This record gives sequence, C-alpha cells and structure tokens, in this order.
Amino acid sequence: MTVTEATPQAPPERPAERGNARKEGWIRRAPLLPALIFTIIVTQLPFLVTIWYSLQSWNLVRPGSQRFVGLENYATVFTDSQFRGVALNSIILTLGAVFIAMILGLAIALLLNRAFVGRGIVRTLIITPFLITPVAGALLWKTVMFDPTYGLVNFVLGPFGADQTDWISTFPRAAVIVALVWQWTPFMMLLILAGLGSQPAEVLEAARMDGANGFAVFREVTLPHLRRFIELGVVLGAIYLVNTFDTIYMMTQGGPGTASANLPFYIYQRAFLGFDIGESAAMGVVTVVATIIVATLALRLIFRSFSAAEEA
Amino acid sequence: MTAATASGTTTSPNAAAPVPRRTGRGSGALLTVLAWIVGIGFFFPVLWMVLTAFKTEADAYTDPPTLFFAPTLDNFVEVFAGGVGPYLLNSLFATVVSTLLVLLLGTPAAFALSLRPVKKTQDVLFFFISTKMLPVVAAIVPIYVVVNYMGALDNIWTLIVLYTAMNLPIAVWMMRSFFLEVPRELLEAASMDGASLGRSLREVVLPIVSPGMAATALICMIFSWNEFFFAVNLTASRAATVPVYLVGFITSEGLYFASLCAAATVAALPVVIAGWIAQNKLVQGLSFGAVK
Repeated sequence: MTVTEATPQAPPERPAERGNARKEGWIRRAPLLPALIFTIIVTQLPFLVTIWYSLQSWNLVRPGSQRFVGLENYATVFTDSQFRGVALNSIILTLGAVFIAMILGLAIALLLNRAFVGRGIVRTLIITPFLITPVAGALLWKTVMFDPTYGLVNFVLGPFGADQTDWISTFPRAAVIVALVWQWTPFMMLLILAGLGSQPAEVLEAARMDGANGFAVFREVTLPHLRRFIELGVVLGAIYLVNTFDTIYMMTQGGPGTASANLPFYIYQRAFLGFDIGESAAMGVVTVVATIIVATLALRLIFRSFSAAEEA
Repeated sequence: MTAATASGTTTSPNAAAPVPRRTGRGSGALLTVLAWIVGIGFFFPVLWMVLTAFKTEADAYTDPPTLFFAPTLDNFVEVFAGGVGPYLLNSLFATVVSTLLVLLLGTPAAFALSLRPVKKTQDVLFFFISTKMLPVVAAIVPIYVVVNYMGALDNIWTLIVLYTAMNLPIAVWMMRSFFLEVPRELLEAASMDGASLGRSLREVVLPIVSPGMAATALICMIFSWNEFFFAVNLTASRAATVPVYLVGFITSEGLYFASLCAAATVAALPVVIAGWIAQNKLVQGLSFGAVK
C-alpha cells in the first residue's frame, strides 16, 4: 500500500480533475486504512524486531548482556543438533497429521455424501472434535484416553494385547499425531464435502449415462474435481498445524527430552524457560523463512481456488 | 480474478444441490450404519468427557470403565468453587471485545475491497492473508519485550489487541466474499433513487450480508476463545483465560479425572455450541473464503 499511487496510463488531466481523482482515491481508501494500519503494526513490526534481535547476543538472565553479534546466533542454531531434531519433528508431526487426516477426511466425506437418516447429526458429531478447545482436547487424550491403566484406548485395545501401554511416554510423537488427526480430520471432511457438493450434477449424470460404473465415475470425474480441494486442505492444514503448540504443551511438554517438541514449542522453551532472546529470535527467523516457502505455494493455491470459485 | 468483474454472478451451484442418492437398498443401509459408527466414534472422546464430568472420582477410575453410574454435579460445583469464574469472564471479555473490534475494522475494509474496491485490492488481500501464514512463535519474543516494557503483561487488553490482529485477516476475506454476493444492480437502483451511500449500505447491503457477518463473528469468537499461545505467555493471574486455567490439570496428583473433565466441559462448551451454529460457514472461514 503506497501513498504515491500514480496512474501512469491516465490521460493528462487538468489540476482540478486530478485533485478530484486523488480525493476520490482517498475516499475509497479511507475505510480500508484503519484495518490495514492496525494489521501492519501488530503483525509486521514484531517480525522486523525479531530479525534485529536475532543479530544480538542477549540473555534475559544476564542483564546488560545485550550486544550485536551479527550472524553468530544463526551459526549456533544450524549447528545445534537438537534444533535439527526438532525441525525434523515439526515436519513429521505436520505431514503425518495432515496426510492421515486428509485420507480419513476424504473417506468420511465420501461416506457422508449421500442421503441417509440423521446425516446432519452425524456431520455435527464428527465436526465436534474440531471445535472443542484444543487445550481441552489434548488434556482429554493425555488423561482419560491414553492413561495406561484407566484410559479408554488401552481398554479398547486390551484384547489385542495393548494392556498397560503408556502411549504418551513410549510413543510421544504418535500420541500427539493421534490427537491432531482427531482434531483435524473434521476440517478435511468439511472441505471435501464442499468439493463433492460443488460437482456439476450434469457431468455426473452424463458419465453414468455413458455406462460408467460407480468406481469409474469416482476415478474419472470426482477425483479430478476434488484435486483442488485436496490440495487446498493439505496446504491449509499444514499452515495451521506447523504452528501446533497447545497440543504438545498439554500432552508431552515436548518430551521425553525433545522427542516430541516441534519448532514453536522449542522456541518457546528457549525464550521463556532459557531466556535466550537472541537464539530464539534466530530460530524464529529460520522458521519464518521455511514457512514462507510453503506459504507461497499455499497463497498461489488459494488465489487459484478463489478465481475458480468466482468464475463458477 | 478481478473484484470488479466477479460480482453479481456468484450463483453457487452447490447451494441447492441435492445430495446424490445412488446406492442400492442393502448396501445403503450398511453404509448408513457405518456412517453412524464413524460419527459416534469421532464424538466418543467428547461424550466420554461429558459423562466422566458427572461421575465421582471413584467411578472415573475403574477398569473396565464404568458406563452406568449415579450422576453427580459435585465436579461442576467444585470447578466453580475452585475459581473458574474469573477465567471464564476474561475469556468472555477478550472474545467479545476482540470480535467487535474485528467487525468494526474489518467491515469497512471488506467494503473497500469489494463493492467500492481500491486500486490495489489484490495486493492488499495478499498482504492480509500472508499475515496468517507467518508463525506466531517468531513474533512472540518482541511482543513479550514490548508488552513488558509498556507494563501491559497480564492485561486483558493486550490479548484483545492480539486477538483482533489474529482474526482480522480471516474476517476481511470472509466478509469480502459476502459483500461480493450483493447484486450490483440493487446498489445502483438504490443510488438512482437518490439514496445516500450510508443509507443504501444500511438498507440494501446490510440485510444481505448480515448472516455472513454473524458467521464471521462466531468463527472469530471460536478462535479467540481457544487461543492458548499468547494467553499462556503473556498472562499470569489477573488476565488468564480458560485454556490457561486448564494448564493446572497437567500436573494434578491423586484422582482428578472427573474434575478435569468437568473443567474441560465448561471450557469447551461455549465454542462447541458456537461452532455447531456456524458449521455451514466454518470451511469458508478457515479457507479464507476460497471454498464456499
């Protein structure tokens, strides 16, 4: 958003007209500016400051320790094997949860994409995990679901020999993924259901008239149509899930050690438990750069979806 | 996609699309049963939470789990006596005020990006959405330092400002898509009749977009209510919200499942109800309006 927004192609105007055009431009812009300025101040300034902090050696525990060190923090971050492990965890947790949730969401959406008794109720039941406060959901999985002795999971899996397994300390990452999948499958399902609903009925009808059976129609017509929605779900899911903090905080505290910590949790630990401002800022910058790569892809997809939706 | 040409033609084909029905009777019944099993399966942890909330601690700790028990309200009494009240009030205040601010800032912005678009509409939209893609964790350190410097730690208004910024991009995108559904001819007719912009906004646009605005508000409320990262890092005792209250249950000792479930039920109930109401617009909100 620039103030000096000129229209180079416009024919030369008389000063009075130009004045009017400029006034008109500002009248149009006025309703937008409060929101825009607010968003820039609250969301963009902190990132700029983060970049500045990442170039400092600064630990809150040692007052007066702040000094400029250039890229030293970045060198530390990249040679920190724990950071690399945590970055890998981030990828595993995000991709694992996104793909499992997408496959389940797709299957459930197909199951729900037909008229049956109580369809609305079943849909409402399924979206509930997505609505429930994530902190509460994580707490639920940590205790009443995954408790080794009294948890429901071991009760259900008992006949299969899973008696007394302490899922959270034995398989911390998998346990977190289970909670995330439970939470995010409904989102994927809703997205795919929207996709299924937007299928032009005539095309389906035509395919069936041509004698294609149900599976062929699905493969040749429905799946290509859903592609855009699947891509969008994967990308949006990844954007939201890469920021997962509450589930890890509540279920495992990143542990044991850093076995289930992702980048947000690790940065939080370094900043608020280790008070290392410089290093955690550098990690933040690295995370942002990685996210921008994914986000660019996401934005392109969203804009494409948007154009498609508006052309329809 | 240009905002100027895309209006008026949004007759979404899915709005009234009938649900396809093509399975045979026998397999149809089977699929219905399967759908119900999946639905109940996904809901079961929530159901179990609510059931456990009505148990005594002794009933909550049984192997195998108890399904039939004498329900008690003791846990809820204990949760409220134990002081969940201030947390609920903080959450309610932060949620309502930030949502009002979002609507106050977002509605004019959405208008300036749809019905009377500014020149750089695409760039502005791109900017708004890009702010949602940056990980908040990378901003928390300077936010903490600045908030601390201003003496605004553990202050509910700090959360309100942050929640407003967090939800504003989503609201702008959503509301823009609702504004675009307003038929241009209606607006033109109103201005032909000599109605001022303010009046045509009030009398023509508002009735059409108000269901969408309500859904937008509900979605902002869900996000604010559930927010944890800022709340846990920037508040302590005075301004802490409901998710922060639940942190106390991580380290509980002894028997606490039933009281935990009562607390979690109290914490989650408002948003679950809001979400049930807004469920038809949920996808639209989370996909920034890309999917209707």
